[in-house]
Amino acid sequence: MSATIVSLPDQSTARIPKLNFLSKENGLLSWLLTSDHKRIATLYLISITFFFFIGGALAALVRMELLTPQSDLMAADTYNKVFSMHGLIMVFFFLVPSIPATLGNFLMPMMVGAKDLALPKINLLSWYLYVLGGCLMIYTMCAGGVDTGWTFTTPLSTHYLNTNVVPAVLAVFVAGFSSILTGLNFIVTIHKMRCPGMTWFRLPLFVWSNYAASILMVLGTPVLAITLVLVGLERVVHIGVFDPAYGGDPLLFQHLFWFYSHPAVYIMILPGFGVISEVISTFSRKRVFGYTAVAFSSVAIAVFGFFVWAHHMFVMGISNYAALVFSLLTMLVAVPSAIKIFNWSFTLYKGSITFETPMLYSLGFMGLFTIGGMTGVFLGSTGTDIHLTETYFVVAHFHFVMVGGMLMAFLSGIHFWWPKWTGRMYPEKLSQFAAVTTYIGFNLTFFPQFILGMLGMPRRYAAYPPEFQVLNVFSTAGATVLGVGYLLPILYLTWSLKYGEIAGSNPWQATGLEWQVQSPPLTENFPEIPIMDHEAYDYEWLERQQAKEVASVG
Amino acid sequence: MADSHISNVHSEGNHVVSPKLYLGIFIALLCLTALTTAASYVELYVFNVVVALAIAVIKASLVVLFFMHVKYSPKLTKLTVLSGLFIFLGLMTLTLADYISRAWGRW
Amino acid sequence: MSDSTTIAGGELAEAKEAMVGEHAAHPAYQRHHFESVAQQFDATNFAMWIFLLTEVMFFGGLFTSYLVMRNWYYSAFVEGSHHLSIFWGTTNTAVLITSSFTMAMGVWCAQTRRKAALVLCLSLTFFLGLVFLCIKGIEWHGEWVDQHVPGLRFSQADFINPALDQDIYKEYHDRPLTGGMASKTEEYFFLYFAMTGMHALHMVVGIGILVFMLFRATKGAYTDGHFTFVENFGLYWHFVDIIWIFLFPLLYLVSRHA
Repeated sequence: MSATIVSLPDQSTARIPKLNFLSKENGLLSWLLTSDHKRIATLYLISITFFFFIGGALAALVRMELLTPQSDLMAADTYNKVFSMHGLIMVFFFLVPSIPATLGNFLMPMMVGAKDLALPKINLLSWYLYVLGGCLMIYTMCAGGVDTGWTFTTPLSTHYLNTNVVPAVLAVFVAGFSSILTGLNFIVTIHKMRCPGMTWFRLPLFVWSNYAASILMVLGTPVLAITLVLVGLERVVHIGVFDPAYGGDPLLFQHLFWFYSHPAVYIMILPGFGVISEVISTFSRKRVFGYTAVAFSSVAIAVFGFFVWAHHMFVMGISNYAALVFSLLTMLVAVPSAIKIFNWSFTLYKGSITFETPMLYSLGFMGLFTIGGMTGVFLGSTGTDIHLTETYFVVAHFHFVMVGGMLMAFLSGIHFWWPKWTGRMYPEKLSQFAAVTTYIGFNLTFFPQFILGMLGMPRRYAAYPPEFQVLNVFSTAGATVLGVGYLLPILYLTWSLKYGEIAGSNPWQATGLEWQVQSPPLTENFPEIPIMDHEAYDYEWLERQQAKEVASVG
Repeated sequence: MADSHISNVHSEGNHVVSPKLYLGIFIALLCLTALTTAASYVELYVFNVVVALAIAVIKASLVVLFFMHVKYSPKLTKLTVLSGLFIFLGLMTLTLADYISRAWGRW
Repeated sequence: MSDSTTIAGGELAEAKEAMVGEHAAHPAYQRHHFESVAQQFDATNFAMWIFLLTEVMFFGGLFTSYLVMRNWYYSAFVEGSHHLSIFWGTTNTAVLITSSFTMAMGVWCAQTRRKAALVLCLSLTFFLGLVFLCIKGIEWHGEWVDQHVPGLRFSQADFINPALDQDIYKEYHDRPLTGGMASKTEEYFFLYFAMTGMHALHMVVGIGILVFMLFRATKGAYTDGHFTFVENFGLYWHFVDIIWIFLFPLLYLVSRHA
């Protein structure tokens, strides 16, 4: 791995630019009342990391319990609460906001050539809603948690439990509005605030992916909101449309819940796809193969993703005809995702590939997401789903796409844009080690779970038959390695804030408007609104720019 | 200051709708309300709900097109309204698809 | 090597900072991240439309639930709806449509810079909104008295023996609901209260914003060429009207023939 494209300024003379969005104003209020999208992104980054570690601690508890076949570490009830809180926090307070609220908020205006998002105050409001939702969720945990699973299945959640369902649905309700406002802001910005010359097909693919995710956020999340309101009402008023005892239908809840929660998984993964496009292109020194196909496939995923939700309900009592329709649509939605993987592979082909940390994470993503995606097809086929549903196969599937996919994309993006965000580089060797550790730990944790699922181990059970213990021990061992892999970035990224090398404006020699401004950027991003006169991923244009630049001053 | 941006320059606020048109639409809406109430007293069997919904759709369309200025709005606004309707109808239709077909027999 | 241009960029920005008050002239109400008033208007208008999309999907969940329950329990829905007052329902519909008219007129006044007329239109809209909520309150009170509030105060007696309420029985001659169907009227009323309640909540928010707008309108805030707020609020208000346009036939007019 001797080849690298990193190009840093001379460290003896380089300095962080004196005026940037971090140094512009000081004091707590300048952060809490900011309308600067980059500061809001920083606030989100800190909050999301906080919730990630709570969710991770809960995961550690789950894996520790599953070391032994009996439910000896905690009572079955407690185990139910632990995995439910793990799911709720990871899905709603980490995965859904992760890339859009951090990288999206930070980069979107720069990528379209604007000074800020269209609605900066709404952006700040969305962060406050996130924090409020997070506080409500922490309250729920402290009050004893909720044990319905993250899916709040009725009538268990509305009728048969005495745990904290109402605070939990309230927390998710509030966090949902945070998500809606972020998506709304992105859609308006991308439509109305592109700089002169920035046509739709000159936009970076990161923008296309976030646009598609924003459509899902805006149209899907409100259905979850009203569903949670109905669950809350039913619990409080003891009458409702989800409980058969009153004449309701539990499947109605599931239809409405999964109408959001399936697009939610695309909300989670699409921004990750955007990061991968940027990183693969930069570290192959090639434009993304088939830009139009990748752009349209993002939108196709968004549209098709709305119509496949009942594949989560195949065994729940929907009619066979409905199952048939949804299974067919599920097969169709896999196609655009596969198109992306092919296009990224063709981008790599005959590119000048180097293996810096963001690239390692992205390559890991491609492999792991492919496995995760293909196992999704097994689950989308009704025949196999009957055997595999509600087993560890499903758990492994969604962890492959969410953790092996989304989380790796998130880390890839964080490392890729870290120099832009902070002006400093992270330590490369240590970060490469962390990336490889994560990859190994991940496979060790979740691959055995596919086998466990095939063998029939059910999910959401604290106790299991003893013959499954060996694979569970592998899984927990892997989780420990994975934990190390996730802890390291926190440590060295924090370290790099003070001691990292000065990055300069374009250490990766990437195209993209955000790399043409200083690191960290000015509050208003650009001294003047740029005019976009070249295509996306135009490395020839970049070469001409670099040739024209003055090498030294005076 | 570059303000000739690619995004839609046609400002929605430029078109002023005349009060006469608003008045006309208002009266039409009141008449349709009376009509829908009257229609519910007539036995039309399965078409009762069809008529009621059709009248409601007409009323909503009048409000959307004229009171909300969509008729005079850029294409993007029209596209936005249609896409919202599309997803809403998708939710209803596919959910209904399950409920309707539950009673269809053993396969 | 690429650093020198950005050092220059930073210095340029600092120099610009020093020249306070020298940035290009623009109306006071144009925010700095927008390049022109037209862009600001377009963006905020579009943003309101997207927000209305979210509201469509929000109510969409309720409409879907209604659809399913009505299909399953049609006779319960019919007899339940007979206990809603056609008079109040139609009146409320007319009230809300009128308020939409006055709101649209308000936007016209703002566009044509007629301050006094704008204040009048907004006041009328506000007043009609309050009238709507009062009538809703009257209806809900009636349902409380009749014991048709699900979960809190509900009795199936009126549906097991429809003759108990003579006024309604004389009009519709409902048959007694048998089996479990009488208890399903509670589902009907649950949806009634959930849907009209959610709608009323949106009305309350709208009325609150109207008060704020009235205040600002009297100061001439919307009649100086910057009427975006009125226009966008108008969109919201019309949307709330549209929801009611659908709620009315679905809840009140299930079947009114004897």
